[in-house]
Amino acid sequence: MDLTINGSSRTVDLPDDMPLLWALRDGLNMTSVKYGCGIAQCGACTVHIDGEAVRSCQVALGDVWGEITTIEGLGTPDALHAIQAAWIEHQVAQCGYCQSGQIMQAADLLARNAEPTDDDIDDAMSGNLCRCGTYPRIRAAVHAAASAMREA
Amino acid sequence: MGRARTIARRSFLIGSAAILGGVAFGAYFVTRPTPNPLLEGLADGEAALTPFVKITPDGITLIVPRADVGQGIASTQAMLIAEELDIDPATATLDPGQPHKAYFNGIIAGESMPFPAWDDGFVARTVRDLMMNVARLTGSQFTGGSSSTADLHESLRMAGATARETLKAAAARTGLARADLRSEDGHVILPDGTRIAYTELAADAAKIEPVTDVTLRPASEWTRLGKPYQRLDIVAKSTGTQDYGIDVALPGMLYATVRANPGRGGGMASYSPDAALAMQGVRSVVEVNEGLAVIADNTWFAFQAAQALEVDWLPPDYPASSAEMWQALAEARTEEFQNSRLRDDGDVEAALNGATVIEADYRSPALAHAALEPLSATVLVEADRVQIWTATQIPAVVRDAAVEMTGLDPSQVTLHALSAGGSFGRRLDHDYVVQAIQIAATMPGTPIKTTWSREEDMTHDFPRPMHMALGRGRVGNGRVLAYDLDSISASLISSWFGRIFVVPPGADTMLVWGAFDQPYAIPNYRVTGYAAPPMMPVGSWRSPGACSNSFFHESFLSELIHAAGADPLEERLRLIADADSRRVLEAVAEMSNWAGADIGPGRGRGIAFAHTHGVPVAEVIDVTLTERGIRIDDVWIAADCGTVFDPVNAEAQLTGAAVYGLGHAMNCELTYENHAVQQTNFDAFEGMRLYQTPRFHTRLLGRAERVRGLGEPATAPAAPALADAIFAATGQRLREMPFNKFVDFA
Ligand code: FES
Ligand code: FES
Repeated sequence: MDLTINGSSRTVDLPDDMPLLWALRDGLNMTSVKYGCGIAQCGACTVHIDGEAVRSCQVALGDVWGEITTIEGLGTPDALHAIQAAWIEHQVAQCGYCQSGQIMQAADLLARNAEPTDDDIDDAMSGNLCRCGTYPRIRAAVHAAASAMREA
Repeated sequence: MGRARTIARRSFLIGSAAILGGVAFGAYFVTRPTPNPLLEGLADGEAALTPFVKITPDGITLIVPRADVGQGIASTQAMLIAEELDIDPATATLDPGQPHKAYFNGIIAGESMPFPAWDDGFVARTVRDLMMNVARLTGSQFTGGSSSTADLHESLRMAGATARETLKAAAARTGLARADLRSEDGHVILPDGTRIAYTELAADAAKIEPVTDVTLRPASEWTRLGKPYQRLDIVAKSTGTQDYGIDVALPGMLYATVRANPGRGGGMASYSPDAALAMQGVRSVVEVNEGLAVIADNTWFAFQAAQALEVDWLPPDYPASSAEMWQALAEARTEEFQNSRLRDDGDVEAALNGATVIEADYRSPALAHAALEPLSATVLVEADRVQIWTATQIPAVVRDAAVEMTGLDPSQVTLHALSAGGSFGRRLDHDYVVQAIQIAATMPGTPIKTTWSREEDMTHDFPRPMHMALGRGRVGNGRVLAYDLDSISASLISSWFGRIFVVPPGADTMLVWGAFDQPYAIPNYRVTGYAAPPMMPVGSWRSPGACSNSFFHESFLSELIHAAGADPLEERLRLIADADSRRVLEAVAEMSNWAGADIGPGRGRGIAFAHTHGVPVAEVIDVTLTERGIRIDDVWIAADCGTVFDPVNAEAQLTGAAVYGLGHAMNCELTYENHAVQQTNFDAFEGMRLYQTPRFHTRLLGRAERVRGLGEPATAPAAPALADAIFAATGQRLREMPFNKFVDFA
């Protein structure tokens, strides 16, 4: 199976019905994509397909319909995306396990809505669990990232 | 200067030792010398077995032995060393080190004694000191009980200062006076301005006696501690580059998962692996503790095959359903099961006799820890070596288990301790590591990563125990006059210690934490603990004991205060003499503009106080009734953990702990049928989500004499404060968690 991930083509030899999550994690060793629940309840596995946030635990490998972006495709420690910079500035992460998913979800929101209200953020981000309870800082960081991106 | 500080200072022993090409520094608490891991390291030629600071020509390594499970303690430990060492900790390598007695936890044993943390009386101090020695002798190295900062803040700074001064002494050998040298940013600065890097001085420093007459810098001179700083892991955790235990990847690695008896503790009558073995990508099915494991080419294959295993499970020998379990607790409220009566002031029986007695029953359900990272461990077993990659709060126990299981020497076991995607107390057990070792032992030479599914993680948690209480009390003249609380649960201490060490003698004080140890001076005041017969094995859940007892204790106190017609804040202040506790109540009143529980129609304000892990915390919560249900608007938290070293993270711990306490109180419980947990994933165990998250307002007073940790303390008062606010808004007293059994949340 041929996939395009963060702009590169990758090939995996795995069955069509395997969730994309496990193809990425175990097949391609892309462990920034996290397993939390496997049933679309936590958002830890969130990646983009053609720019849209999806739960990779719910997408069968055979159904992948476009280009995949993981958090590495958004930005790296040496070249941070504005959302990651805001996440760092606000020191959002505690254990950090949910944060790849949170950031990918926020990126989807901000691509569609440059100036989200608290309600917009609630609607977009409430599918992403954070067991450490970093929600207040997630809210603040989304607002900060939105304004940084508007000014950029 | 307090006594705790004096004791700690007196028992420091500072050491340094040469290691390959460099020097290592450690500060130990000892009265009898602790075996020196530096020397063991030398004997083995292994430079990694060193405490706290290691300097070689290649760089500086800081050993940060307490496990980072999200609370940020890796950064705090590094920052404590760096403050005295004069380095930028971001330029150092952080290493959790190997398990060793030098890293024992001296605080926690003392906190398990039958004295409240705010009791500084002679007996309490003496017993705490005794327990410190017990901890030293047993070398118990673990992370938990919000103890890390309290335990290590002096020894880590001392290690940094010792290293700094010894490096200066090494630089001064040419006839300069050490006192004339300065240190800055990883360099010793000579009087003529010459800068010599620590890394260049390491070899010389190893040859001289360490400088031990160092004094710690006062807080006024700190350049890093106490000021906002960036967590050292924050970039990795914001870019997907942090490695967690579950992310280990090794060449040739296989993947496994476990299917264990859903009735925890029951055995296996028979099983058939055939259907599983016939599935794609499956290598083998092996027996492990509590059940079976599947080894496969991919975690997903292993998960699928584990479901296909046909197993005839045997039931364990405790009650099978939640209803029977509650019944067993209720029946344990007898003299036979009385475990402690650690508070018995005045004469409760006389005070209640013939009076109008107010009575209330409370229940607190079993809860899973449900850290977002499911449990995982990767193990490579070879003929003369075992390597373990995992996240654990009990590294020495893990190492010892590997030694016992393989027959190898401790020096042949390497633990690669990794970050945890949460824990909340779950990683104080090592069942998942033991299984991973069993699995890997079936394929020597092949590294195998074992990952539990979320369902397995929820079903085989060591949950918070089910806990119930009965309160009886009396009020008069606008005051609380008598307060009697019976607190009933299976013993968490027996369950956990029984698995990990041995069951300690004496009362299970944890069973009544958050109740017997509260600083109220009620004239007739009694707290009795009842230890019910063991049921499902249970474990420490963020703020153990207190996470249930504080709900009982504060809720019942609120009921009495309401019956007395007093103000919930004023009456608490009237009943509390402890200065630190009064201060947090006064602070939260000021922050929230407290003027009673009535804040207008359709709204309500609640308050609760708890003194746990040595930290007094007061919380005020406002709620509004909306068409969709109850909305939590604002939460004010005031606490005092003494000196705050890491303010940005401290605030995160307060709010995170409160979110944890509130979310579970709102909508989480584990119930049992046929011994099996009924809630196996986040669809049935949600906790708080972002749309429900209130505004938080926090304040740390920094006035308390002793330094304390903040990972847990804000958890316990969250649930009773919320119940109190709901009462103020609706008139309905919620005496059982989760509250969504009785009310809706917006
Ligand atoms: S793992 Fe996909 S939503 Fe939780
Ligand atoms: S930071 Fe730990 S789960 Fe979100």
